[in-house]
Amino acid sequence: MADMTAISLPVEKSRPIVNVSERHEARVAWMLAAPAMILIVLFIVAPVVAVITLGFTDFELGYSTFKFVGFENYAELFGDRTFRQSLWNTAIYTAIVAPASILLGLGVALLIESETVGRSFFRTAYFLPVASLLVAMATVWQYLLHPTIGPVNNLLNLIGLPGPNWLGSASTVLYSLSMIGVWQTVGFNMILFLAGLTAIPRDLYSAAEIDGAKSPIDRFFLVTLPMLGPTTVFVTTISIINAVKVFETVKTLTEGGPNKASEVLLFTIYQEGFVYLRVGYASAMTVVFLAVLVVMMFAQYRLVDRKVHY
Amino acid sequence: MSALSITNVTKSFGDNHILKGISLEAEAGEFIALVGPSGCGKSTLLRIVAGLEGADSGEIVAGGRDLTRLVAAERNVAMVFQSYALYPHLTASQNIAVPLAMRNLTSMQRLPMIGSLLPGQKAIRKDIMRQVTDMARSLKIDHLLDRKPGQMSGGQRQRVALARAMVRQPGLFLMDEPLSNLDANLRVHARGEIVDLHRRAGVPTLYVTHDQAEALSMADRVAVMMSGSLLQLAAPEVIYDDPAHIEVAKFVGQPRINTIASRVDADGAVTLGTWRLQPHDTLAPGSDITVAIRSEFLSIADMGTPGLPAHIERLEFLGSEVIVYTKLDAIGESMVVKLAPSDARGLVAGKPVTIVPQGERLMVFGADGARLRADLTFTTLLERAHG
Repeated sequence: MADMTAISLPVEKSRPIVNVSERHEARVAWMLAAPAMILIVLFIVAPVVAVITLGFTDFELGYSTFKFVGFENYAELFGDRTFRQSLWNTAIYTAIVAPASILLGLGVALLIESETVGRSFFRTAYFLPVASLLVAMATVWQYLLHPTIGPVNNLLNLIGLPGPNWLGSASTVLYSLSMIGVWQTVGFNMILFLAGLTAIPRDLYSAAEIDGAKSPIDRFFLVTLPMLGPTTVFVTTISIINAVKVFETVKTLTEGGPNKASEVLLFTIYQEGFVYLRVGYASAMTVVFLAVLVVMMFAQYRLVDRKVHY
Repeated sequence: MSALSITNVTKSFGDNHILKGISLEAEAGEFIALVGPSGCGKSTLLRIVAGLEGADSGEIVAGGRDLTRLVAAERNVAMVFQSYALYPHLTASQNIAVPLAMRNLTSMQRLPMIGSLLPGQKAIRKDIMRQVTDMARSLKIDHLLDRKPGQMSGGQRQRVALARAMVRQPGLFLMDEPLSNLDANLRVHARGEIVDLHRRAGVPTLYVTHDQAEALSMADRVAVMMSGSLLQLAAPEVIYDDPAHIEVAKFVGQPRINTIASRVDADGAVTLGTWRLQPHDTLAPGSDITVAIRSEFLSIADMGTPGLPAHIERLEFLGSEVIVYTKLDAIGESMVVKLAPSDARGLVAGKPVTIVPQGERLMVFGADGARLRADLTFTTLLERAHG
């Protein structure tokens, strides 16, 4: 009995001390986390809340008052032909640019990885469009794709093909923009895939060879593709988000035309918010835009992410 | 005809000569350990035999088939890697099935969706699964078949890697340090298992390791490699007791063999500290030699006994034996003596003693490191040179 009291006594005595130190630790933790938390609230949470709130108002820039209009903006949105057109155009653009830039990025990365001599040259060359200013490069594209003096059409004429009016005709403009989009994104995806490729243990390829994977194609499907799973999920997410966010080329090259054939989400939002100054309506569009992105990201992580991490 | 013959294989990367003409023959069912310090070329040799790397020159023949110009997939060799190299996205059973699927199914039949519609593939798949299960059962990993490598311990992964290598009855078994990533206890246990598996499969095996104890304990014959050359290929006892080269003698055995640099005197005798040794065969007078003796063939006697006077520097008690580190008084060379604990009683650091070598266990190596057979004629330690 004497032993037991001797043992339990210090424990009881130390309990308040533990509490004090725990509380102290908690306070320090909050203090350390505070700067990041304040910044997140200030720069991420607050703007999103502001946009959502504004989406329920009829606020227009320049007017000092505004009133809440409930879901009126959203009701208008779904009857708005321009918005539906731009939603559709964005979907088409994304459906072309995201898969094309992912596949080409992977292909280029594989080619560069197996190249020994000009590796860094090709890497830089393909990355150049990512690093260059798109607005500046748009003028180059405008010249290249010009229906009469553009080199692309001149080349086509040379072999007897009629060159289309790439950016000027409603039937081709979206595909021309998609092409520029792919050109711009391939380099970025390539860099990500290259990083993924270098992380694959060489031993796996040796094992695959020994196990009878004779051709490079066999080894690609046995080792490379599965091992690139996490990279591919990331690249896909980024590519889709970037494609949905297309704006610069549309603004500089086509202004959404001709006849709204290249009207995309971000451009429509820009028009409503900054040209017509209908901030409330533009905010409602932004909310839809954000919702689309969030849903896609969640869907992707839910469906795919669990399968590619081993 | 030997099961595997490697003839004069060379390999260099630029000016770096990794393999300087290696020749080696293995009998049917033989277990050969390639051992040497890192960078000696043993792994490169193994990769060349596997077909993962090309040799600059030389020839590899296995089972009467010239492999030299075949790609790895066509050589019918199996390999276990140090990292195990299991496919992380596949379960254990899928991993083990890969070599069979690659060989028995066409590339069309292997396609995920379409493949299952093709005729005949179901029967083949069933047969593969049966072989995988049999293999897993014999290695006692059948309870792991649905797990992915990430969910297994090192020892379990190692067994899966072994199963994957053995499942298709290869003509040649290659192992690249398969035990290095296991903890010490498991390693000793796994040694026995691999030897056992090898005996059951009867497939000639090349086993690369940097651990001399592993090589000696597992192999039928040990090939000691040093900077791109094969110094000796012999049974473990021969490697230990009768090394052909000073580097082999130094590499094998724990603690390291004692060496004393010396020079043959004008009369053909060898001076060792205060002792002169008279070989019966003649050694070229004036040539540099190294005299070597293993620590267990030295004993410690009281000061004044005929032998080599020395001081004890420190003692290491290892349970079944005691390692005594000493320094020779005459020439300041270190000598390590391995004693039974009963013989080490009363020894303390700083104590002056006499070291008595077993004369017939002394070995002599020439300046180029090659063994000079003159040592066999050492009779006993002769008279003291200077009082």
